[in-house]
Amino acid sequence: MSLIAGRTGDWEVVIGLEVHAQVVSNSKLFSGAATEFGAEPNTQVSFVDAGMPGMLPVINGVCVRQAVLTGLGLNAEINLVSVFDRKNYFYADLPAGYQISQFTRPIVGKGTIVLDLPGGATREVGITRLHLEQDAGKSLHDQHPTKSFIDLNRSGVALMEIVSEPDMRTSEEAGAYLKKLRSILRYLGTCDGNMEEGSMRCDCNVSVRRPGGELGTRCEIKNVNSIRFVMLAIEYEARRQIEIIEDGGTIRQETRLFDSGRGETRSMRSKEDAHDYRYFPDPDLLPLVLSPEFVAEIKAGMPELPDPKKARFVAEYGLSPYDAGVLVGEQENAAFFEAVARGRDAKLAANWVTGDFFGFLNKSGRPIAEAPVSAEALGGLIDLIRDGTISGRLAKEVFEAMWETGKPAAAIVEERGLRQVSDTGAIEASIDGVMAANADKVAEYRSGKDKLFGFFVGQVMKATQGKANPALVNEILKRKLAG
Amino acid sequence: MAIDSQTVAHIARLARIKVTDEEKAALAGELSTILQWIEQLDEVDTAGVEPVASVVDAVLPWRADVVSDGGQAEKVLANAPDGVPGFFAVPKVVE
Repeated sequence: MSLIAGRTGDWEVVIGLEVHAQVVSNSKLFSGAATEFGAEPNTQVSFVDAGMPGMLPVINGVCVRQAVLTGLGLNAEINLVSVFDRKNYFYADLPAGYQISQFTRPIVGKGTIVLDLPGGATREVGITRLHLEQDAGKSLHDQHPTKSFIDLNRSGVALMEIVSEPDMRTSEEAGAYLKKLRSILRYLGTCDGNMEEGSMRCDCNVSVRRPGGELGTRCEIKNVNSIRFVMLAIEYEARRQIEIIEDGGTIRQETRLFDSGRGETRSMRSKEDAHDYRYFPDPDLLPLVLSPEFVAEIKAGMPELPDPKKARFVAEYGLSPYDAGVLVGEQENAAFFEAVARGRDAKLAANWVTGDFFGFLNKSGRPIAEAPVSAEALGGLIDLIRDGTISGRLAKEVFEAMWETGKPAAAIVEERGLRQVSDTGAIEASIDGVMAANADKVAEYRSGKDKLFGFFVGQVMKATQGKANPALVNEILKRKLAG
Repeated sequence: MAIDSQTVAHIARLARIKVTDEEKAALAGELSTILQWIEQLDEVDTAGVEPVASVVDAVLPWRADVVSDGGQAEKVLANAPDGVPGFFAVPKVVE
């Protein structure tokens, strides 16, 4: 556990997160308007989404399915009966004057999520609930000096609000929670997890207390839109609260926002009495009733999730928990690794995928599907290393050429004449040449200066442009130097 | 439970409804009577009775996930008192 040292002693930070995850669906939660990102303003709005009088909401079955699937992915209870409520408040981007949400009876109850922490450690965090609700519209404040513009394209899009227990104690754990949650949502295909486009947004509840003491008063930081900002906001907020308490003040429960430009949180006064939402069951919607068969059918179609996949990579391929964790973070990466490792040395495959391949991929900024080196091509390179055609040293050069040209490894090895020399006659000739040119060093070696061995290896490799089989060079050199 | 003028004022504010002081007093009386009636219903023993969600025998209808609406920005914006092309416009709200 990591504590923050204050002037008057140590403090423990208590963190709970509420994530709004946009459901992947073609149409909205209660209307047939499209959900696609980036359309012309107000072109994806039905009269339901615009809050026109007399319009009735009809629930989208796929959104229900996605919520259940996500609940199962979080090892959570699925509530076969749930209820939609109206959450009442006034804001310009909420045309109906209420948001349809789930308050007392959410579709998904308690679950768990396992965080992967640095050094391969893990930690379990509780999920309190997941419920379905409508998104609001979008306000644009920077288009006009005295007016805000409203675009209702997002109004009515399905969101899953996923609430954690206050189980996290550091900003790193909060970051690990968001990474893991995003990974699970992407595996399930229920949310694209894109925080920049706003399809995943996070509210952070932060309080401080003496280690193990009673919970302090919490502040809620609204709508933070990147993992890095969540971590920065929590760190700033914890220090702010500690300072107030150590100066003899008290924390006021309030809603704050994170200013990423200044790296600080500040009070949102407008939200002060907004907590009186006067929830009541939406009279337009009957309870949402699911059959056990519906849930069982969704469960049967679930993909292998990151945790079981990681365990399998460790058991089946003998990878370290760390390497396995890196590979399973994204489903596409895990599939790429498995394609490379099939029928090959898995550890060598993991080293190449997490090493050179990810290195080049990250530098290029491209998604893995567009990498110029396919899994088969990388497998081909590994085969050439295994069968002794090229040395491990030259393989890096070959890989670089593969990335640049898109050609297979064998073609590059032939073109550039990089084939490893395993012909003992040729290696012996190079060694003889090197020894003749360095007679003084040979004498020194023979009089006991063993360290010079590395020098001879280097000279031989240089003479053969790195193509000599290193094992053979070592063996023959040792024999010849011994005289 | 009785509702006083102050509670009426609070509810009216949350609902953004302008209510005069005279109306507040009258509404306080009316709302208190409604609550008393609800409290009277509370006297019935409902232990073991499932809550009624609807008086008709119906289940929540589901919709297929297809795009069947939208593409009507002019109609959606037609009633907006202060529109700029493509948007609703409201007095600036800034945090």
